[in-house]
Amino acid sequence: MSIEVKSFDTLRQASEVLGGSAQYIAGGTLLMRKVNYGDQSFNQLVQSTDPALKQIQSQGDEILIGAGVTMSEIMQHPQLQFLGEVARSVGGPAIRNMATIGGNLFAPRPYGDMATALLALDANLHWASGQQQSLEQFLERSDAARDIVHSISVRQPPTGAFQYLKVSRVKPKGVSLLTVAVLLNRENGRTGNVRIAFGGMAPEPRRAMAAEQALQGASLDESGIQRCLAACTEGMAPADDSLASSWYRNEVAPVYLKRLLLQRS
Amino acid sequence: MAKKPISFVLNGQDTSVFVEQGGNLLDELRRTVGDLSPKFGCGQGTCGACTVLINGEPQLSCLVLAERVEGQRIDTNGGLAEGPDLHPLQKAFVEGFAAQCGFCSSGMLMAAKALLDRNASPSRDEIAEAISGNLCRCTGYEPIIDAIVVAAENMRRRTT
Repeated sequence: MSIEVKSFDTLRQASEVLGGSAQYIAGGTLLMRKVNYGDQSFNQLVQSTDPALKQIQSQGDEILIGAGVTMSEIMQHPQLQFLGEVARSVGGPAIRNMATIGGNLFAPRPYGDMATALLALDANLHWASGQQQSLEQFLERSDAARDIVHSISVRQPPTGAFQYLKVSRVKPKGVSLLTVAVLLNRENGRTGNVRIAFGGMAPEPRRAMAAEQALQGASLDESGIQRCLAACTEGMAPADDSLASSWYRNEVAPVYLKRLLLQRS
Repeated sequence: MAKKPISFVLNGQDTSVFVEQGGNLLDELRRTVGDLSPKFGCGQGTCGACTVLINGEPQLSCLVLAERVEGQRIDTNGGLAEGPDLHPLQKAFVEGFAAQCGFCSSGMLMAAKALLDRNASPSRDEIAEAISGNLCRCTGYEPIIDAIVVAAENMRRRTT
Protein backbone atom coordinates (compact mmCIF):
# COMPACT_ATOMS: atom_id res chain seq x y z
CA MET A 1 0.00 0.00 0.00
CA SER A 2 1.30 3.39 -0.76
CA ILE A 3 0.45 6.43 1.24
CA GLU A 4 0.00 9.94 -0.02
CA VAL A 5 1.12 12.80 2.20
CA LYS A 6 -0.63 16.15 1.91
CA SER A 7 0.71 19.28 3.59
CA PHE A 8 -1.24 22.44 4.27
CA ASP A 9 -0.24 25.89 5.52
CA THR A 10 -3.27 26.22 7.77
CA LEU A 11 -5.10 23.76 9.98
CA ARG A 12 -8.40 24.95 8.53
CA GLN A 13 -7.37 23.76 5.06
CA ALA A 14 -6.07 20.49 6.48
CA SER A 15 -9.30 19.84 8.37
CA GLU A 16 -11.33 20.21 5.17
CA VAL A 17 -9.77 17.14 3.56
CA LEU A 18 -10.08 14.89 6.62
CA GLY A 19 -12.41 11.95 6.86
CA GLY A 20 -12.73 8.78 4.84
CA SER A 21 -9.26 7.48 4.11
CA ALA A 22 -7.36 10.59 5.27
CA GLN A 23 -5.83 10.83 8.74
CA TYR A 24 -4.22 13.86 10.35
CA ILE A 25 -0.66 13.26 11.54
CA ALA A 26 0.85 15.33 14.35
CA GLY A 27 3.90 13.92 16.18
CA GLY A 28 3.44 10.57 14.48
CA THR A 29 4.10 8.44 17.55
CA LEU A 30 0.70 6.74 17.23
CA LEU A 31 -0.05 7.02 13.53
CA MET A 32 3.36 5.98 12.17
CA ARG A 33 3.06 2.72 14.12
CA LYS A 34 -0.06 2.01 12.10
CA VAL A 35 1.73 2.94 8.88
CA ASN A 36 4.65 0.66 9.77
CA TYR A 37 2.30 -2.23 10.50
CA GLY A 38 0.42 -1.84 7.23
CA ASP A 39 -2.88 -0.47 8.53
CA GLN A 40 -5.25 -0.45 5.56
CA SER A 41 -7.87 1.87 7.03
CA PHE A 42 -6.29 5.01 5.56
CA ASN A 43 -4.11 5.89 2.58
CA GLN A 44 -3.62 9.61 3.05
CA LEU A 45 -1.72 11.44 5.76
CA VAL A 46 -2.59 15.09 6.24
CA GLN A 47 -0.17 17.43 7.96
CA SER A 48 -0.01 21.15 8.61
CA THR A 49 2.76 23.64 9.29
CA ASP A 50 0.36 26.14 10.87
CA PRO A 51 2.45 28.20 13.34
CA ALA A 52 -0.57 28.32 15.69
CA LEU A 53 0.11 24.67 16.49
CA LYS A 54 3.24 25.68 18.39
CA GLN A 55 1.92 28.70 20.31
CA ILE A 56 1.87 28.95 24.10
CA GLN A 57 0.02 32.03 25.36
CA SER A 58 -1.29 33.11 28.73
CA GLN A 59 -4.45 35.12 29.15
CA GLY A 60 -4.81 35.86 32.85
CA ASP A 61 -4.53 32.55 34.69
CA GLU A 62 -5.62 30.66 31.59
CA ILE A 63 -2.99 29.24 29.24
CA LEU A 64 -3.58 28.42 25.59
CA ILE A 65 -1.38 25.59 24.35
CA GLY A 66 -1.10 24.83 20.64
CA ALA A 67 -2.01 21.22 19.84
CA GLY A 68 1.40 20.63 18.26
CA VAL A 69 3.37 21.50 21.39
CA THR A 70 5.47 18.48 22.35
CA MET A 71 5.95 16.91 25.78
CA SER A 72 9.55 18.22 25.81
CA GLU A 73 8.35 21.74 25.05
CA ILE A 74 5.86 21.53 27.92
CA MET A 75 8.66 20.45 30.29
CA GLN A 76 10.81 23.39 29.25
CA HIS A 77 8.16 26.11 29.40
CA PRO A 78 8.20 28.16 32.62
CA GLN A 79 4.42 28.69 32.64
CA LEU A 80 3.63 25.01 32.14
CA GLN A 81 5.52 23.69 35.16
CA PHE A 82 2.28 22.29 36.60
CA LEU A 83 2.18 19.93 33.61
CA GLY A 84 5.93 19.23 33.63
CA GLU A 85 5.66 16.13 35.78
CA VAL A 86 2.90 14.76 33.54
CA ALA A 87 4.89 15.40 30.36
CA ARG A 88 7.97 13.78 31.91
CA SER A 89 5.98 10.63 32.66
CA VAL A 90 5.25 10.10 28.96
CA GLY A 91 7.71 7.82 27.12
CA GLY A 92 11.45 8.34 26.97
CA PRO A 93 13.21 11.53 25.81
CA ALA A 94 12.90 10.63 22.11
CA ILE A 95 9.14 10.06 22.32
CA ARG A 96 8.76 13.29 24.30
CA ASN A 97 10.51 15.21 21.50
CA MET A 98 7.85 13.95 19.11
CA ALA A 99 4.59 13.30 20.97
CA THR A 100 2.20 16.27 21.06
CA ILE A 101 -0.34 17.39 23.63
CA GLY A 102 -3.05 17.33 20.95
CA GLY A 103 -2.21 13.80 19.84
CA ASN A 104 -2.35 12.53 23.42
CA LEU A 105 -6.08 13.36 23.54
CA PHE A 106 -6.63 10.71 20.85
CA ALA A 107 -4.31 8.09 22.35
CA PRO A 108 -6.04 4.80 23.16
CA ARG A 109 -5.32 3.19 26.54
CA PRO A 110 -2.83 2.38 27.99
CA TYR A 111 -1.67 5.78 26.65
CA GLY A 112 -3.28 9.17 27.26
CA ASP A 113 -1.62 10.22 30.53
CA MET A 114 -1.61 13.89 29.50
CA ALA A 115 -5.29 13.65 28.54
CA THR A 116 -6.05 12.26 32.01
CA ALA A 117 -4.28 15.20 33.65
CA LEU A 118 -6.04 17.70 31.39
CA LEU A 119 -9.41 16.10 32.22
CA ALA A 120 -8.79 16.68 35.94
CA LEU A 121 -7.77 20.26 35.12
CA ASP A 122 -11.04 20.76 33.15
CA ALA A 123 -9.27 21.76 29.93
CA ASN A 124 -11.11 23.06 26.87
CA LEU A 125 -10.50 22.16 23.24
CA HIS A 126 -10.43 24.69 20.44
CA TRP A 127 -11.06 23.06 17.05
CA ALA A 128 -9.72 24.27 13.71
CA SER A 129 -13.31 25.07 12.68
CA GLY A 130 -13.46 27.63 15.50
CA GLN A 131 -15.71 25.51 17.71
CA GLN A 132 -14.96 24.96 21.38
CA GLN A 133 -15.72 22.02 23.57
CA SER A 134 -14.71 20.81 26.99
CA LEU A 135 -12.26 17.91 26.95
CA GLU A 136 -14.76 16.00 29.04
CA GLN A 137 -17.47 16.31 26.37
CA PHE A 138 -15.01 15.29 23.69
CA LEU A 139 -13.91 12.16 25.59
CA GLU A 140 -17.51 11.09 26.21
CA ARG A 141 -18.22 10.96 22.49
CA SER A 142 -16.88 7.81 20.93
CA ASP A 143 -17.37 8.78 17.26
CA ALA A 144 -14.31 9.72 15.26
CA ALA A 145 -13.44 13.39 15.04
CA ARG A 146 -13.74 15.02 11.64
CA ASP A 147 -11.96 18.15 12.75
CA ILE A 148 -8.47 18.91 14.07
CA VAL A 149 -7.68 20.19 17.55
CA HIS A 150 -6.11 23.62 17.15
CA SER A 151 -5.24 24.31 20.79
CA ILE A 152 -6.05 23.43 24.36
CA SER A 153 -6.80 25.96 27.06
CA VAL A 154 -6.29 25.17 30.70
CA ARG A 155 -6.44 27.18 33.89
CA GLN A 156 -3.27 27.19 35.95
CA PRO A 157 -4.14 25.40 39.23
CA PRO A 158 -3.39 27.05 42.59
CA THR A 159 -0.06 25.93 44.04
CA GLY A 160 -0.29 22.38 45.36
CA ALA A 161 -3.88 21.86 44.18
CA PHE A 162 -2.98 19.53 41.33
CA GLN A 163 -1.61 16.04 41.98
CA TYR A 164 -0.68 13.39 39.48
CA LEU A 165 0.44 9.78 39.74
CA LYS A 166 1.28 7.33 36.98
CA VAL A 167 1.47 3.71 38.08
CA SER A 168 3.83 1.59 36.05
CA ARG A 169 5.47 -1.80 36.57
CA VAL A 170 8.73 -0.91 34.87
CA LYS A 171 11.18 1.47 36.47
CA PRO A 172 12.18 4.12 35.72
CA LYS A 173 9.77 4.24 32.81
CA GLY A 174 7.01 2.06 31.51
CA VAL A 175 3.53 2.12 30.17
CA SER A 176 0.76 3.06 32.56
CA LEU A 177 -1.18 0.45 34.53
CA LEU A 178 -3.38 3.29 35.61
CA THR A 179 -3.02 7.00 36.05
CA VAL A 180 -4.65 9.26 38.63
CA ALA A 181 -4.95 13.03 38.44
CA VAL A 182 -6.62 15.13 41.12
CA LEU A 183 -7.48 18.82 41.26
CA LEU A 184 -8.33 19.67 44.82
CA ASN A 185 -8.98 23.11 46.19
CA ARG A 186 -8.90 23.37 49.96
CA GLU A 187 -10.81 25.67 52.22
CA ASN A 188 -9.99 25.80 55.93
CA GLY A 189 -8.47 22.33 55.98
CA ARG A 190 -11.47 20.81 54.23
CA THR A 191 -11.87 20.05 50.57
CA GLY A 192 -13.61 22.46 48.23
CA ASN A 193 -14.03 21.91 44.51
CA VAL A 194 -12.67 18.48 43.51
CA ARG A 195 -12.01 16.77 40.19
CA ILE A 196 -10.62 13.23 40.05
CA ALA A 197 -9.69 11.63 36.73
CA PHE A 198 -8.45 8.10 36.05
CA GLY A 199 -6.54 6.93 33.00
CA GLY A 200 -6.49 3.23 32.15
CA MET A 201 -9.66 2.58 34.15
CA ALA A 202 -11.95 2.90 31.11
CA PRO A 203 -11.44 3.01 27.34
CA GLU A 204 -10.93 6.78 27.65
CA PRO A 205 -9.75 8.92 30.59
CA ARG A 206 -12.75 9.18 32.91
CA ARG A 207 -13.82 11.24 35.90
CA ALA A 208 -14.65 9.45 39.15
CA MET A 209 -17.75 11.55 39.85
CA ALA A 210 -19.02 9.55 42.82
CA ALA A 211 -15.63 9.84 44.49
CA GLU A 212 -15.55 13.58 43.80
CA GLN A 213 -18.92 14.04 45.49
CA ALA A 214 -17.88 11.93 48.45
CA LEU A 215 -14.82 14.11 48.93
CA GLN A 216 -16.66 17.45 48.95
CA GLY A 217 -16.24 19.05 52.36
CA ALA A 218 -14.42 16.03 53.76
CA SER A 219 -11.32 16.34 55.89
CA LEU A 220 -8.17 15.11 54.22
CA ASP A 221 -7.26 12.28 56.54
CA GLU A 222 -7.61 8.52 56.65
CA SER A 223 -11.21 8.51 57.84
CA GLY A 224 -12.27 11.61 55.89
CA ILE A 225 -11.43 10.09 52.50
CA GLN A 226 -12.90 6.64 53.29
CA ARG A 227 -16.18 7.16 51.37
CA CYS A 228 -14.35 8.72 48.45
CA LEU A 229 -12.05 5.69 48.11
CA ALA A 230 -14.96 3.26 48.35
CA ALA A 231 -16.73 5.04 45.49
CA CYS A 232 -13.76 5.71 43.21
CA THR A 233 -14.17 2.74 40.88
CA GLU A 234 -17.89 3.34 40.38
CA GLY A 235 -18.66 3.59 36.65
CA MET A 236 -15.17 2.46 35.63
CA ALA A 237 -14.46 -0.30 33.12
CA PRO A 238 -10.77 -1.19 33.46
CA ALA A 239 -9.14 -3.40 30.87
CA ASP A 240 -8.07 -7.00 31.24
CA ASP A 241 -4.76 -6.94 29.45
CA SER A 242 -1.23 -8.29 29.61
CA LEU A 243 -0.28 -5.61 32.17
CA ALA A 244 -2.97 -6.38 34.72
CA SER A 245 -6.46 -7.80 35.13
CA SER A 246 -9.45 -5.53 35.53
CA TRP A 247 -9.90 -7.05 39.03
CA TYR A 248 -6.39 -5.93 39.95
CA ARG A 249 -6.92 -2.42 38.62
CA ASN A 250 -10.16 -2.10 40.59
CA GLU A 251 -8.36 -3.26 43.74
CA VAL A 252 -5.38 -0.93 43.46
CA ALA A 253 -7.10 2.21 42.14
CA PRO A 254 -8.30 3.24 45.65
CA VAL A 255 -4.86 2.47 47.08
CA TYR A 256 -3.12 4.84 44.70
CA LEU A 257 -5.83 7.46 45.04
CA LYS A 258 -5.35 7.32 48.81
CA ARG A 259 -1.59 7.80 48.49
CA LEU A 260 -2.15 10.77 46.23
CA LEU A 261 -4.71 12.40 48.52
CA LEU A 262 -2.78 11.88 51.74
CA GLN A 263 0.71 12.81 50.52
CA ARG A 264 -0.52 16.37 50.25
CA SER A 265 -1.74 16.85 53.79
CA MET B 1 3.16 6.87 -6.31
CA ALA B 2 5.77 9.49 -7.16
CA LYS B 3 8.75 9.62 -4.87
CA LYS B 4 9.66 12.87 -3.25
CA PRO B 5 13.10 14.51 -3.39
CA ILE B 6 14.47 15.67 -0.03
CA SER B 7 17.77 17.07 1.18
CA PHE B 8 19.23 16.92 4.67
CA VAL B 9 22.57 16.90 6.42
CA LEU B 10 23.51 13.39 7.55
CA ASN B 11 26.48 13.20 9.93
CA GLY B 12 27.77 16.49 8.55
CA GLN B 13 27.36 15.55 4.89
CA ASP B 14 24.81 17.06 2.51
CA THR B 15 22.54 14.24 1.43
CA SER B 16 19.80 14.25 -1.21
CA VAL B 17 17.54 11.29 -1.86
CA PHE B 18 14.16 10.38 -3.30
CA VAL B 19 11.92 9.04 -0.55
CA GLU B 20 8.70 7.07 -0.58
CA GLN B 21 5.65 9.09 0.40
CA GLY B 22 4.59 7.92 3.83
CA GLY B 23 7.95 6.18 4.31
CA ASN B 24 9.67 6.43 7.66
CA LEU B 25 13.10 7.95 8.15
CA LEU B 26 14.63 4.69 9.39
CA ASP B 27 13.75 2.82 6.19
CA GLU B 28 15.08 5.65 4.05
CA LEU B 29 18.33 5.88 6.01
CA ARG B 30 18.92 2.14 5.81
CA ARG B 31 17.62 1.30 2.34
CA THR B 32 18.05 4.48 0.32
CA VAL B 33 21.03 6.21 1.94
CA GLY B 34 22.75 3.01 3.09
CA ASP B 35 23.43 4.05 6.68
CA LEU B 36 22.78 0.75 8.46
CA SER B 37 23.73 2.03 11.93
CA PRO B 38 20.20 2.82 13.19
CA LYS B 39 18.39 -0.48 13.81
CA PHE B 40 14.86 -1.62 13.16
CA GLY B 41 13.66 -3.20 16.41
CA CYS B 42 9.93 -2.87 16.85
CA GLY B 43 8.62 -0.28 14.40
CA GLN B 44 6.33 1.07 17.09
CA GLY B 45 8.43 3.36 19.25
CA THR B 46 8.87 0.92 22.10
CA CYS B 47 12.49 -0.22 21.83
CA GLY B 48 14.56 2.84 20.90
CA ALA B 49 16.95 0.91 18.63
CA CYS B 50 16.28 3.38 15.80
CA THR B 51 17.12 6.50 17.86
CA VAL B 52 18.83 9.22 15.82
CA LEU B 53 19.43 12.89 16.58
CA ILE B 54 17.42 15.40 14.59
CA ASN B 55 18.88 18.88 15.07
CA GLY B 56 20.64 17.48 18.14
CA GLU B 57 17.51 16.06 19.78
CA PRO B 58 16.87 12.31 20.03
CA GLN B 59 13.91 11.06 18.01
CA LEU B 60 12.76 7.62 16.92
CA SER B 61 13.48 7.40 13.21
CA CYS B 62 10.95 4.61 12.64
CA LEU B 63 8.16 7.02 13.65
CA VAL B 64 9.39 10.05 11.71
CA LEU B 65 7.83 10.71 8.33
CA ALA B 66 10.93 10.80 6.09
CA GLU B 67 9.87 13.88 4.18
CA ARG B 68 9.66 15.89 7.39
CA VAL B 69 13.47 15.97 7.72
CA GLU B 70 13.88 18.22 4.67
CA GLY B 71 16.62 20.71 5.55
CA GLN B 72 17.27 19.17 8.99
CA ARG B 73 20.48 17.95 10.57
CA ILE B 74 20.54 14.23 11.31
CA ASP B 75 23.19 12.39 13.30
CA THR B 76 23.43 8.63 13.59
CA ASN B 77 25.76 6.21 15.29
CA GLY B 78 27.40 5.78 11.87
CA GLY B 79 28.85 9.28 12.20
CA LEU B 80 30.13 9.10 15.78
CA ALA B 81 33.62 7.76 15.08
CA GLU B 82 36.24 10.04 13.57
CA GLY B 83 38.03 7.93 11.01
CA PRO B 84 39.52 4.95 12.84
CA ASP B 85 39.02 6.59 16.25
CA LEU B 86 35.93 5.50 18.09
CA HIS B 87 33.88 8.13 19.90
CA PRO B 88 34.57 8.09 23.68
CA LEU B 89 31.05 6.67 24.19
CA GLN B 90 31.67 3.84 21.73
CA LYS B 91 35.06 3.13 23.32
CA ALA B 92 33.54 3.00 26.82
CA PHE B 93 30.75 0.69 25.58
CA VAL B 94 33.33 -1.72 24.12
CA GLU B 95 35.66 -1.64 27.11
CA GLY B 96 32.88 -1.79 29.70
CA PHE B 97 31.02 -4.71 28.06
CA ALA B 98 28.01 -2.44 27.65
CA ALA B 99 27.21 -4.20 24.39
CA GLN B 100 26.38 -7.89 24.42
CA CYS B 101 24.25 -8.69 21.39
CA GLY B 102 24.74 -5.08 20.37
CA PHE B 103 21.33 -4.49 18.86
CA CYS B 104 20.35 -1.72 21.27
CA SER B 105 23.81 -0.10 21.27
CA SER B 106 23.24 2.20 18.33
CA GLY B 107 20.15 3.75 19.90
CA MET B 108 21.71 3.75 23.38
CA LEU B 109 24.75 5.60 22.07
CA MET B 110 22.66 8.28 20.39
CA ALA B 111 20.46 8.74 23.48
CA ALA B 112 23.64 9.01 25.57
CA LYS B 113 25.22 11.47 23.12
CA ALA B 114 22.14 13.72 23.32
CA LEU B 115 22.51 13.69 27.10
CA LEU B 116 26.25 14.41 27.18
CA ASP B 117 25.89 17.18 24.60
CA ARG B 118 23.81 19.14 27.09
CA ASN B 119 25.07 17.79 30.40
CA ALA B 120 28.80 16.98 30.62
CA SER B 121 28.59 15.38 34.07
CA PRO B 122 25.22 13.64 34.47
CA SER B 123 24.27 11.68 37.58
CA ARG B 124 23.38 7.98 37.30
CA ASP B 125 19.71 8.91 37.67
CA GLU B 126 19.96 11.41 34.85
CA ILE B 127 21.61 8.77 32.68
CA ALA B 128 18.88 6.23 33.52
CA GLU B 129 16.28 8.81 32.56
CA ALA B 130 18.08 9.62 29.29
CA ILE B 131 18.10 5.96 28.20
CA SER B 132 14.66 5.17 29.64
CA GLY B 133 13.20 4.90 26.13
CA ASN B 134 15.83 2.37 25.02
CA LEU B 135 15.36 -1.31 25.79
CA CYS B 136 18.29 -3.65 26.40
CA ARG B 137 17.54 -7.35 26.95
CA CYS B 138 21.14 -8.42 27.64
CA THR B 139 23.05 -6.22 30.02
CA GLY B 140 20.60 -5.29 32.75
CA TYR B 141 21.50 -1.65 32.01
CA GLU B 142 24.13 -1.22 34.73
CA PRO B 143 27.14 -1.74 32.40
CA ILE B 144 25.58 0.76 29.99
CA ILE B 145 25.18 3.36 32.72
CA ASP B 146 28.75 2.65 33.90
CA ALA B 147 30.04 3.12 30.36
CA ILE B 148 28.26 6.45 29.96
CA VAL B 149 29.73 7.62 33.28
CA VAL B 150 33.23 6.63 32.09
CA ALA B 151 32.73 8.26 28.69
CA ALA B 152 31.56 11.48 30.34
CA GLU B 153 34.70 11.49 32.53
CA ASN B 154 36.96 10.88 29.54
CA MET B 155 35.27 13.60 27.51
CA ARG B 156 35.60 16.10 30.36
CA ARG B 157 39.28 15.23 30.72
CA ARG B 158 39.76 15.68 26.99
CA THR B 159 38.25 19.15 26.96
CA THR B 160 40.04 20.48 30.07
